[in-house]
Amino acid sequence: MGDISIDCVGQNCPVPLVETRKALRKASPGDVVEVTGTHPSSKREIPMAAEAMGLEILDVVEDGERWTIRIRK
Amino acid sequence: MADKATIIVQSGDFDKLYSALIVATGALSMGMEASMFFTFWGLQRLKKGQLEAGPLSKMHFLGLGKWMVKRRMKKANVVSLERLLEDFVELGGKLMACDMTMEIMGISREDLRDDLINDYCAVGSYIKEARESSITLFI
Repeated sequence: MGDISIDCVGQNCPVPLVETRKALRKASPGDVVEVTGTHPSSKREIPMAAEAMGLEILDVVEDGERWTIRIRK
Repeated sequence: MADKATIIVQSGDFDKLYSALIVATGALSMGMEASMFFTFWGLQRLKKGQLEAGPLSKMHFLGLGKWMVKRRMKKANVVSLERLLEDFVELGGKLMACDMTMEIMGISREDLRDDLINDYCAVGSYIKEARESSITLFI
């Protein structure tokens, strides 16, 4: 499938979490899913979801309100 | 115990359906399985064209309260119930419809969104799901 990038800027609960999960389902093992958003709780909860599914969180980068999370499937 | 969330949706209220669908899609997004069992007033919302039609559980005010809440939700960029239900189905959630409610209320499969419903069943099927779930809710 290749790496997937999703834009959830301006989206509210639960969309960033749901879109991340959809992308992770489509990704192949080894692919990187990158999600960008502004919803504050999702910044903490997307890594929680990745951890619960045993996936590697590569990094969480913040730029003001905006954050970008990269997860390897 | 399986990593599963099972929710009874007994209320047909607009706001409670939001709670139910957000918890259910949240569970799926966190890597759990999820089942929703629609009964009584909840099942009314699975009739064609009725998903968004419920009243607010509080301060409905003949529709004025709901109109105001919907306006605030739009401003906050909250997605529709329709979108949440689509996400629930796409992420592999299971929809169950109570067949006794259908009989009592004279609802046929043709009245319901049959394409989305995985099972028409009763309490036994709900318990089967619930006993293997680490989260069970009645909304």
